[in-house]
Amino acid sequence: MAPADSATPLPEIALALSGLSVAYGGMPVVEAATARFPAGSMTAIIGPNGAGKSTLLKAALGLVPALAGEVRAFGQPVARALPRIAYVPQRAAVDWDFPARVIDVVQMGLYRQTGPLGRLTPDLRARAEQSLADLGMADFAQRQIGALSGGQQQRVFLARALAQQGDLIVLDEPFAGVDAATEAAIIAVLHGLRARGRTVIAVHHDLSTVPAYFDRVLLLNRRVIAEGPTSTTFHRDRVAEAYGNQLLTAIPA
Amino acid sequence: MTETLLQALFFQAGYNAALVSLGAALLGLAAGAVGAFTTLRRRALVSDAMAHATLPGIGLAFLAMAALGGDGRALPGLLAGAALSAALGLILLQALSSRTRLPEDAATGAILSAFYGAGIVILTVIQNVGIGRPAGLEGFLLGSTAGMLRADALLIALGGALLLGLLASLRRPLAMTAFDPVHARMMGIDTRSTDLMLLLMTLACVLLGLRVVGLILIVALLITPALAARLWSDRIGIVALLAGLIGAAAGHVGAALSLALPDLPTGPAIILLAFAAFVMSALLAPGRGLLSRLRRAHARPGV
Repeated sequence: MAPADSATPLPEIALALSGLSVAYGGMPVVEAATARFPAGSMTAIIGPNGAGKSTLLKAALGLVPALAGEVRAFGQPVARALPRIAYVPQRAAVDWDFPARVIDVVQMGLYRQTGPLGRLTPDLRARAEQSLADLGMADFAQRQIGALSGGQQQRVFLARALAQQGDLIVLDEPFAGVDAATEAAIIAVLHGLRARGRTVIAVHHDLSTVPAYFDRVLLLNRRVIAEGPTSTTFHRDRVAEAYGNQLLTAIPA
Repeated sequence: MTETLLQALFFQAGYNAALVSLGAALLGLAAGAVGAFTTLRRRALVSDAMAHATLPGIGLAFLAMAALGGDGRALPGLLAGAALSAALGLILLQALSSRTRLPEDAATGAILSAFYGAGIVILTVIQNVGIGRPAGLEGFLLGSTAGMLRADALLIALGGALLLGLLASLRRPLAMTAFDPVHARMMGIDTRSTDLMLLLMTLACVLLGLRVVGLILIVALLITPALAARLWSDRIGIVALLAGLIGAAAGHVGAALSLALPDLPTGPAIILLAFAAFVMSALLAPGRGLLSRLRRAHARPGV
């Protein structure tokens, strides 16, 4: 651990977890995870089902309680940095039959600006519309959200996050069950964010696209197996280590 | 009969009838609008349990007030008892679903029936021991507008106005918490307080509705207008507004109908009208209604 008063001009750390542990009903889900996500990087969190990937992110953001550990975002306790963080939950986490239009959902990303009663100024409206346009969804603004395909719903969620203009974007399986066009649109937007110095962290499943999409990986199977640049960390033996344990425990003794 | 109905609809059927009609319309407006959010947050069954959980409080409040030598039927006291006992039911429900393995719907059913059963026992005891003058207490079960006073209508009007104002100022956090509570928390919304406010507003509707539709049927006035309104609009603000209007119309017309047909009790008449609005919407609403679905299916050859 670097001392807090270090004067070395290290790259800023967007998110730092140290010793983060989470349990559900007494069962450990994440054990003593320590990881750093440098600002301007784009990290894939990979690991088998049940490895605790989503839980790690939710605990890091304070959305599920952690047993132990500390999380800092941009050098602050994460609760204080929340205005700089946009979170894109799994698409299946909400009821898409909810009475809302596409633009209504995107405008929910402006709540920190409007508050409960504030007016949606023309600037804010334009920001929401631009976020939709960035994802190729401008023509869908007035549609009911239940009438969208899965890929379109995912784009709406990402547009809501874009409207927040966060410095750290955390996505839970953004490519799950989406079409190829949506995947391309999303990755273009995420790479654009990275090019502007934003930090992206995503739970990712498709190992074949990791090197093309992400510059860093975090291999997780309850514990952090490995963490670092894709070029040096994303290797067969490490990935096998992350996934292999699961295979072994899946076979009855 | 038709003449009485028309007079009642235009508030010309006498002072008391006008009070009942106005009270029922304002109740329907508040319950419909609040109920739209209650329904979207999936608290319909919880609000039913809460309504049934008011009964022991009503009985105990009557006993307490009669024992202290007052009029056991004083409405403010009864409402306070009802609110306390509903709050107790909610707290127990919370404890049951978070500390045990009972699924939430089973816990809700258990609380609903246990509190209602206790309430009926207390009312029976009151009648058998002959304390005070309990006549009319059972009117809280299904509503009884016969003895409605100016003060009752005024209470509903004030309470309803307060509720609508609160609802308007909390509409964004309420909608965001109902749609995606996790994102709402990320945006700095205190979703626990928001949910608590929604439950309190729902409880307020229950209390306001005790006199008019009663604790057994009030849940229908909370959810049925919302279900009907949902078929007409895809925007939560408009759904809430329409639900309020449907509830108000059901309340007003139901009160007028029961005046014109003296055998028709007011509360059930209101509930049936709200349900009729739902059936009509399910048939006729553009887009989601049955007729427009059939027409679309018909327009697509080969389907």
